[in-house]
Amino acid sequence: MRGLTRKMSSPVRSPFRRDLTGLKESDVTTYIVRRLLQSIVVLLLVSIFVFLAIRLMPGDPIKLMVYESNLTGLSPQQLADLRHEYGLDKPLALQYLDWLGGVLQGNLGISVFTKTPVAKEIFRRLPITFEIGLWSLLLSIVIGVPVGIISAVRRGTWIDQLVVTLSNIGVTIPVFWLGVILMLVFSLYLKWLPVMGFTPLTEDPGMHFKQLVMPVICSSLFSVAALARQTRSSMLEVMHQDYIRTAWSKGLNENAIIFKHALKNGLIPVITTLGLSARGIVGGSTVVETVFSIPGMGRLLVSAVSNLDYAYVQGIILIIAATVVAINVLIDIVYGWADPRIRYS
Amino acid sequence: MAILLDVKNLQTRFDTEAGVVKAVDGVSFHINEQEIVGFVGESGCGKSVTQLSVMQLIPNPPGRIIGGEVWFDGKDLLKYERNGSEMRSVRGSKISMIFQEPMTSLNPVLTISEQIGESMQLHLRLNKADARKRAVELLSLVGIPAAESRIDDYPHQFSGGMRQRVMIAIGLACNPRLIIADEPTTALDVTTQAVLLELIKDLVKRFNTSLTLVTHNLGVVARYAQRIYVMYAGRIVEAGPTNEIFAHPRHPYTVGLLKCVPRLDQPRDKQLVPIEGLPPNLIKMPPMCAFLPRCAYRINRCEKSHWPPLTPVGEHHSAACFVNLEATLENDDK
Repeated sequence: MRGLTRKMSSPVRSPFRRDLTGLKESDVTTYIVRRLLQSIVVLLLVSIFVFLAIRLMPGDPIKLMVYESNLTGLSPQQLADLRHEYGLDKPLALQYLDWLGGVLQGNLGISVFTKTPVAKEIFRRLPITFEIGLWSLLLSIVIGVPVGIISAVRRGTWIDQLVVTLSNIGVTIPVFWLGVILMLVFSLYLKWLPVMGFTPLTEDPGMHFKQLVMPVICSSLFSVAALARQTRSSMLEVMHQDYIRTAWSKGLNENAIIFKHALKNGLIPVITTLGLSARGIVGGSTVVETVFSIPGMGRLLVSAVSNLDYAYVQGIILIIAATVVAINVLIDIVYGWADPRIRYS
Repeated sequence: MAILLDVKNLQTRFDTEAGVVKAVDGVSFHINEQEIVGFVGESGCGKSVTQLSVMQLIPNPPGRIIGGEVWFDGKDLLKYERNGSEMRSVRGSKISMIFQEPMTSLNPVLTISEQIGESMQLHLRLNKADARKRAVELLSLVGIPAAESRIDDYPHQFSGGMRQRVMIAIGLACNPRLIIADEPTTALDVTTQAVLLELIKDLVKRFNTSLTLVTHNLGVVARYAQRIYVMYAGRIVEAGPTNEIFAHPRHPYTVGLLKCVPRLDQPRDKQLVPIEGLPPNLIKMPPMCAFLPRCAYRINRCEKSHWPPLTPVGEHHSAACFVNLEATLENDDK
């Protein structure tokens, strides 16, 4: 939230300040540029952290690769050659700089296991993960927010109680468990949906979407529930505000009160939750893709970590970090749209 | 003068965990056309709840209006469904309200233009452009300089006094017959208070509107109201023309209120006398006069009787007290 200031009142007004009224495009542009510069620093720190963290893990990628590829019997000299080939014999700082230099040129490194550039594979899988993420986010907004509003407006009714109960369950259910149950019910018993896997859209659109249904449900469940809860509680709070009473005193009907006067105020905390959910969905892709055997970035990360495949782990985490940073910037911009008290300065 | 609003035996309750609060307990009053009427009393005496009940704006739950009649334009407003279309067609168009807290009573995410214009779009069927044009007029009418350039600002860009001017503009928007101002200046500093009250008075006169002025400030009612209702513990304890009440208060509570206000016509070293004790708990009200525990003039009858009804003590003056206070006070002076 740094860089955002919330002006509660500005009683004094000079002709110069008038420019601050409303959202000026140039303000936002400057703000975005500054946030992007900050983001670069964040990403640099993340890259150092990931680089060191993966190397702190027990095990040696060269040995692991050698054992897994049935190449046992290599002489120490040959192992050293291999190590040299991947630059793993250099001092850590130098290894890091080598990698960073490559990243800046779009080269995320070469996998010890597949002996191919990891960037190509990551960017092949990225759209799959992002597609699931976007559908999940869309589902969360389309279901979570309206359900929360209905629940708040009909507070205390059976609908509200149902929403509260279901959303409590929703935020507590483990995704991997839900995935297995869904497969059992909808694939094995009812045979409505394929059990798992992924088909590209261009190959078979029908199959593509059928296979996405359960993964999207799993990866959005938490955020649907979290958004419903947040929307409900913030709408309840807003509906008790003085300005809502003012709106009633003008003779407006309930719909105008809810959608014009309450919703925009109520959405401000919801946007925060949405940002957290988006990050959750990105992180949750590891589990969902593993459960449903989807060849996305998340599953790639899981196998890379267990193989100590440095280049993949570093590359994927860097991309996840960049995504999260981008989501944060986006969220901050949306705040400014929702709350005129927020100024980009 | 014709009666504009006639409230009879209004009763509003709040259900709380501790019990039922009789916030308004059988209140009757009327407002004449083009009249300014003051409602006075300390915090929690039910003066605001009375006004909100007239508009059926009591939040339910926990509040509910359990009895009474609110006659306006030949209709009993309490017969209307709480947020039904008939009640809504009265709110903001025929009766409008100005609320206490200018800081929180305006919607922070909507422009001033939107907030002033929307009731005109609703009740006067103006289109957006016309509503905006009239909002600008109203804004300059309530004394906001450069109204044209400020109309698209948000509430946080205004000071407290300016926001209350915006509230006044909202109240006037549809040219209502009655404006209910619920402590319109309480949250503001003294100079702003005076300026705004003058403004309200002038505008009300100009538009031939009646005004209900709810306040705990006796100075304010003395200056602006033609008639006063003094409320205590959810009931009206004294009613009458302002001059009459200030000159000859007939209820011990009114006397107490007047004693704790400094006056320019009294010697400077005269002590202000506060009213001893606290207002009663509205949940466990004894059947006797609610002011009894704090009353300096009580007589035997007070402790044995049900609370006294509002009875005439002069031509337009009435009080809810068994004691002939005028006689007692004269004896005191001697």
